[in-house]
Parts: sequence; structure tokens; C-alpha cells
Amino acid sequence: MTTLMGDFGRRMRKNRMAMVGLFVVVALFCVAIFAKYLAPYPPDRIDTSRILMPPSKENLLGTDILGRDVLSRIIYGSGVSLSVGFVAVGISTLIGVVLGALSGYYGGWVDRIIMRFVDVMLCFPSFFLILAVIAFVGPSIWNIMIVIGVTSWMGVTRLVRAEFLSIKERDFVQAAISQGAGDARIIFLHILPNAMTPVLVAATLGVAAAVLVESSLSFLGIGVQPPDPSWGNMLTEGKDNIEIAWWMSVFPGLAILITVMGYNLLGEGIRDSLDPRLKI
Amino acid sequence: MPLLSSTTSDTPNQGQVLVSVEGLVKHFPVSAGFFRRHDLKVHAVDGVDLIVRRGETLGLVGESGCGKTTLGRLILRLEEPTSGRIFFDGIDITHLRRSEMKQLRRRMQIIFQDPYSSLNPRRTVGSIIGEPLTVHGIGTRAERRRKVAELMEEVGLRPEYVTRYPHEFSGGQRQRIGIARALALNPSLIIADEPVSALDVSIRSQVINLLEDLQDRHDLTYIFISHDLSVVEHIADRVAVMYLGKIVELGDKRRIYEETLHPYTEALISAVPVPDPEAKRHRIILEGDVPSPIEPPSGCRFHPRCWLRVPICKEVEPPLNDVGHQHFAACHVRAPHAETIAAYQRTAA
Repeated sequence: MTTLMGDFGRRMRKNRMAMVGLFVVVALFCVAIFAKYLAPYPPDRIDTSRILMPPSKENLLGTDILGRDVLSRIIYGSGVSLSVGFVAVGISTLIGVVLGALSGYYGGWVDRIIMRFVDVMLCFPSFFLILAVIAFVGPSIWNIMIVIGVTSWMGVTRLVRAEFLSIKERDFVQAAISQGAGDARIIFLHILPNAMTPVLVAATLGVAAAVLVESSLSFLGIGVQPPDPSWGNMLTEGKDNIEIAWWMSVFPGLAILITVMGYNLLGEGIRDSLDPRLKI
Repeated sequence: MPLLSSTTSDTPNQGQVLVSVEGLVKHFPVSAGFFRRHDLKVHAVDGVDLIVRRGETLGLVGESGCGKTTLGRLILRLEEPTSGRIFFDGIDITHLRRSEMKQLRRRMQIIFQDPYSSLNPRRTVGSIIGEPLTVHGIGTRAERRRKVAELMEEVGLRPEYVTRYPHEFSGGQRQRIGIARALALNPSLIIADEPVSALDVSIRSQVINLLEDLQDRHDLTYIFISHDLSVVEHIADRVAVMYLGKIVELGDKRRIYEETLHPYTEALISAVPVPDPEAKRHRIILEGDVPSPIEPPSGCRFHPRCWLRVPICKEVEPPLNDVGHQHFAACHVRAPHAETIAAYQRTAA
């Protein structure tokens, strides 16, 4: 492992865009964790004397229609984006790995049923599916995480299945079978650790997608509910005043852009560094 | 089965039978084209009868794609046979359930051709070699660690390397790791599937010598699969030659190499490189390619490429005929089977 990881680290460091992505992701984490200390004002402090102020020394990114500090709200909103991204991807990866492993390892009718289920799930336009489900279960941050998670596992399932199909035929798995190892041992000790590379990449890219979906839902008003700050609902408030207060929409928009770009760059960097041949 | 029953007269001191295979067939279905035609299948192993005696080394030779690897995997039950039976130490293992098979797996192991894909890249050498012990719950953790160190020493690896990962080793060392893993459970049978083909020529002899030493020390029985006749000549006691899923010649090594009967064996032997550039040798160049194992030729499978062929070869499949001295060949010309030829003449007339 030492030189495997060494190679990975070396290629990673050489990849400048990946390092930018890593920097952005780490910075976002710090911002989300230390929001309380970084934000100049509480996110919901209303100051009616300073409504719709453009960026200034007191309010670096301006204030919104209730006089709340845009920068502070963006900083607090980062926590929402990250937790939605990670929990949703965690759920989808878990489902994807379990179903993909079963499908690829056992084959036969298990495989056929799971793959047809994947096809069915892929037939739904996922965003509208999420909209419909949220409309039923009600908008809350937990519902969003779960719904994004359970509607985005299909890609991971296919990836894991494909990895299992190819690794299952490798000699070291055949050796384990010929020693009499059980299914669980073969799946968890021999195949899964060798199948995780593309999953890691897909998960990193998945965080970006989940952040985007959360923002879209909040923008449409069925995500994080005001007054809790989220980049998406800040955009909604911003769009009503875009002619008189551009900063209300531009800065949350930039935050989304930078986050999504950061995760995408990092994911692609990990992919290229782990295995230059691997393309997803 | 003439092969299994008439084996007494010539060599009275033969060992006890460890593995025997009767009428073993393995067909792989091929789904070709848009309208799947399920009747197409690859005849990987197509009716093989074979015995392997305790303590001997059986060399299994043939070109790539002739089914020798599949035969090895069938004996280990890594593939399910289409038909036929497999006996290990007198037990019919053809249809044993997985749990019953697990106990027998302790006694049969495999060494693979490719030392790069045969070791899990994410596990340490110690856990790779110790895995069979863990799987079968043998010994305590400390005992297993001691056994792994012993095994490493035995195959010529420094025991300090237990915590290293496979990629830190060379091809030859990796093959030694694979051998240590195969030895861990003190098996009776080891199937070595081209164990040296992927290695540099300089390391080959070391690994071959190691295999021979281990055989002496542990009373191992080897099925040594190879396409390299010079290696097989060195290590094997008996040789079986396969062509398109069938055994075409079988016998003691000396008989096979010196009193070759089957024209295919003859062609193979003539292709072995001789280290003397001055040496005159009669090189047989076969015409054509190996026919497709999906639709093997009628009659004798070798007839389209054979320079000895006579009309019967195209129509009747020659049985593996005993010519004495434990030597069997399937050829109408070199090892004619009287009854088969008589029956053919009757129908032709």
C-alpha cells in the first residue's frame, strides 16, 4: 500500500486542477465547521436600518431585503450544502454498493432483477421524481437528503456491478474459492476493496450533483425553508430584487459554482491519479 | 472405459489413484448475434478420461485454447462440469455441495499462471499466505503467524516480508508467495496451471526446482499444466497431450517423448527449440490453424491438419487406444483400434 498511495499522492500533487479542487473542498469544510466564528453577524439578524445595502466595509457582500448580512448567510448556508451533499451521497453509495455487489457477485436472476430495477429507476427524470416525492413528504432538510440519496444510487450500482464482474474472474478470487472461502469473505475482503476506486470517484462527483439538486430544490421553495439560510433559497430572494440588488443573487450563485466546481475538480483529479486508465 | 480398467499388466508398481476423471465434459454456451442461438457452445473439455496417481506429476500439454486449464479447474470444482464424473481419493466430488466440498478443498490447491493477478493487491503477504488457515479456522493467531513464517522460509522468501504488499515483489517472488499459499493446508494435490510461463527464463528453473523439492518433502501430487514441452519433459512422470478438448495421447514421459505415436504430439515435440544452432532437426509445420472449438471437426479432431490422414479419420473418432506399456493414443493410423476400424469397414462396404 505504501507505494500505491505514494504514487497516488505524487500524481495528485502534480495535477494542479485537482489541488485547486482539494483546496476548495477543504476550505469549504473549514467554513462550514467554523461558521459561528467566521460569520461577522448572526445569519438571521434583521437590521431594518440597513436594507439592500450594496457591498461595503460593514457588509462585505451587502445586505438583503431584511437587512441581513449576505456573507454571514452564505457562510451558514455552506453547512446545509455540505451536509446534504454528504448524507445523500452516503445513502446512494451504500445502496449502490450493496445492490451492485449482490448483482455482480451472484449473477443470474438476482442480477437480472436488480438491473431491471435500475433501468426502471433510470426511466424517471430524477429531478421531477424528487420534486414529486418532496411534495408528498414535505420539505425538510432530512427529507431532501434521503430523497436525493434514494434516487441517485443507480450509477454506483452499475459501477460496482461491473467491477465485481471483472474482479470475480481474477485469479486471486479463484484462489480464495479454491481454499473454500465463504461468499462474505470473498465479497468483503477480496472483491470490495479492489472495487472501491471508481466508487470513491463517483461519490466525490456525486457530492457536487447533490449540492446542485439541493440548491435547485431550495430555489424552488421546496428545500430548506426560510428563514434558515441555504444558497438556493437566497437565490430565490435575490431574483425578486435582481434589478436593484445584484449582490443578493450573484454571491450565493458564485458559492454554488465554486463548490460544485471544487468537487468536480477533486473527483476528476482522484480518478486520474488513482488510475490513469480509468474513465467514468 | 478401457483406460481405467486395463491398467494392470505393464507397470505393477503403480501408485494408488488420487484423482480420476470419467467422461468429463464442459461446454460453455455462446450467445451469438442478436437472435441468441443457444445451441452454439464451446467444447472446452469434450469427454476426458484420466487418472492421476498419488505422488506422480502428470504433465498436461497442448496449445492455448485446447481446454487444459478448464480441465484443471473442473477437477478443483472451480467450474461445474456439463457431464461426467470426478473422483478425488475415491470420493465422487462431482456433485458435492459447497459445505462438503470445503473440507476436501484443504487437500487440493492451485497455483496460477499470472503471479500478478493471483495475489490480492490490497492484502499483505502474511494475510495472503495465511488465508487458507484462517478460512479453515486452523490454529490460533500466533500459531498461524508461525506457520506463515515457516512457509515463507520453505519457499525461499524472507519471513520479515510478511507485512509487505504483493506489488513490492518481483514476478518470481510473487509466484513463490502463490506456492506458499497453496502449501499452507498441506494438500495432497496441487494443480499448477502454467506456473512458470509468465516468468523470466532465468527464474523458471528456480521455481521448477522449488516445486520438485516440495514434492519430495510433502508427498505432493502435481497436475502440471503447460504448453512448454521442454519444461514438462523435465518435471513430469507421465504426460497427457490435449487437442481441442480431448486427450489424444497419454503415457509415461519417456514413451511420449521417444516413441511418439500421435502426429499432433510429434508436431509439438518438433517445435521445442533446441539450444544447438548446428543441430539438424526435422521440424513439422502444421498447416492451418486450430479449428474452432465451437464446431470441432468431424471424426478425428486433428484430421484437417494431419499429414497421415486416411478416409476413416474424417468420419470416425478414434478411441484412446492402449498400445501397451501404459501408453495410449487416439489415432487410426498410428494406434489403430481393431474393432473400430472393422466396424467402419463394415458400414463402408
